[in-house]
Amino acid sequence: MVDASTSAHGDLTLKNLTKNFGDFIAVDDLDLVIPEGSFFALLGPSGCGKTTTLRMVAGLEEPTSGSIFIGNTDITYEKPYKRPVNTVFQNYALFPHLSIYENVAFGLRRRGVKDVDTQVQKALELVELTHLSSRKPNQLSGGQQQRIALARAIVNRPALLLLDEPLGALDLKLRRAMQIELKWIQTEVGITFVHVTHDQEEAMTMADTIAVMNEGKIEQMGSPADLYDDPRTAFVANFLGQSNLIKGLITDRADNSGIVDVFGTKLSLPTIRNHAHDSSVLLGIRPEKIRIAPAGAAMNGNILDGGVISDASYIGVSTQYQVEMPWGQELMVFEQNDDGTPPLAKGDPVVMSWEPIFTFGLAGDQDATAGSEANPDSE
Amino acid sequence: MSTALLQATTHEKKPSITKKKLLPYWLLAPGIIWLVIFFLVPIYQLISTSTQTQGYGIGTYVQTYRFSNFIDAITSSKAQLIRSFEYAFLATAFALIISYPLAYAVAFKSGRWKNTLLVLIVAPFFCSFLLRTVAWEQILGEQGLVIKFLRFAHIMGAQGHLTATPFAVVAGLTYNFLPFMTLPLYASLERIDIRMMEASGDLYANALTTFRKVTIPLSMPGVVAGTLLTFIPAAGDYINAELLGNPGTKMIGNVIEARYLEIVDYPGAAALSLILMVTILILVMAYVKRAGTEELV
Repeated sequence: MVDASTSAHGDLTLKNLTKNFGDFIAVDDLDLVIPEGSFFALLGPSGCGKTTTLRMVAGLEEPTSGSIFIGNTDITYEKPYKRPVNTVFQNYALFPHLSIYENVAFGLRRRGVKDVDTQVQKALELVELTHLSSRKPNQLSGGQQQRIALARAIVNRPALLLLDEPLGALDLKLRRAMQIELKWIQTEVGITFVHVTHDQEEAMTMADTIAVMNEGKIEQMGSPADLYDDPRTAFVANFLGQSNLIKGLITDRADNSGIVDVFGTKLSLPTIRNHAHDSSVLLGIRPEKIRIAPAGAAMNGNILDGGVISDASYIGVSTQYQVEMPWGQELMVFEQNDDGTPPLAKGDPVVMSWEPIFTFGLAGDQDATAGSEANPDSE
Repeated sequence: MSTALLQATTHEKKPSITKKKLLPYWLLAPGIIWLVIFFLVPIYQLISTSTQTQGYGIGTYVQTYRFSNFIDAITSSKAQLIRSFEYAFLATAFALIISYPLAYAVAFKSGRWKNTLLVLIVAPFFCSFLLRTVAWEQILGEQGLVIKFLRFAHIMGAQGHLTATPFAVVAGLTYNFLPFMTLPLYASLERIDIRMMEASGDLYANALTTFRKVTIPLSMPGVVAGTLLTFIPAAGDYINAELLGNPGTKMIGNVIEARYLEIVDYPGAAALSLILMVTILILVMAYVKRAGTEELV
């Protein structure tokens, strides 16, 4: 039963991977290396090609071109049942005619493993559902089914575990709990997890490395903090959290930081965070990094004056302001309610500032709203 | 305001409580009346007739509680009774073998042809059962193309024939009840989530194992429904044996028909009908219990 490909292990490597459905390019010349043992997230809006990529790795979809390797073994055209890969499906796809025990034992029995019972018990212990082993899947809650789907995959000790929006069907509270549990289980078993999701919070909570996908390509890849603090494209800046992106012109370049002219105001931009290819730049700053005060207050750092509050919403931990700038753009500011000052009101003239180090610069020729319509947080 | 509203509604409800309780029974009444007239009364009639004996004159019977009618019926028609179940079993088995791949192809592989194929499966119903069987008599008969081809290819000698054989009867039964097998099979196969098969492949099962361990178990409700819908009418059928068979292929349906209409032995016919009914009922109950599909249906 066990041959070269079923026992392959190592990094997952995708080389020039492409998948077309008719004229539609779902995955476009993708190159990617996922290190063995990492928790990797493919993050992107629906239709960005992340699920297609996952299905090609699982063997459920055949690539149009390119190749897939696990370690040094080429599995591009290998049958799904011969790959050392297991999947946690979006709606779990538990077998309704088999008990929980038999569901978990399914993969072991197919491979003719000897100590099925010990391994099934161990997997059920890992997800803390030993007491449900004789039930049928439809007698379990969504969260329990999710954990059984995980146990059914993990019990096989694959080189690679694929998770296709595994928490999508759960409610918010359960989702949060499962995020922590999944991360813990991954650390415990040490299997490479490749997690596909459109939920940026889910990806950031669990993954060591996130690849943000858009239109079949990877926009940017890095640790959650990298992606959030130093996005390289407007899509990433808007899809992962929210960003204020303001058009500007680089007027001065120094070793450590440059000066950007933003509608007449000079702002400082750290050189290492400047990703513009010429002097045209989209200057970015995250809403929670901005301090806000009534006009005329003393401020330091990067200062933007002349704004008027057009909307203020108090949401407990913070107050979210929309500030209309003289050039017509609305900027977002999230202000922690931690200093006892009364919140500012609609119509108040304000001054804003932030630490220059938080500023990032993106190429000025892109659409400043790219990715924001795909971000579920930004309606 | 809200208390007043509450009082108003409870007040309004009170006199209608008895009416409300009776409502379900009123809604069930047409069905119950139908069952009484068209099921309970005939069944009572049948049971009652089965123990009667010949009175004075042909076609008149008196109730004498003669239970040995049953023993007479069995001893005189044992061969036909056993043959009925044999033929019905064979026809069901053949129908299952033919229908499963057909239903599978329509459910999973037919793409945009799905509806067309379903209409084609149902198409025989647009023509009478009797006519279609007569048509088979022609097709398999002496002047039919099948015989001509078989003789031309020297598969069959000049004396060989297809009609008036057990083969023709079983083939006719299989053909006539095929849609009753295909449709429930299709319905249960079509309901299977394609991701179950993907999950099975993902868990190291090849196509054949997936079919054995996932597809077949998940389609069991269709298999049970299809085999019942084929076996039950096939066991009681007499048209196929009449038109495609010979005296040696008579089924229990033929015997019952002859007793009612030719010999005019109503008690004997009624006793045989009851024996057939009870036997089928016992077989079906044992089968359903064995298949254990209660949870899946």
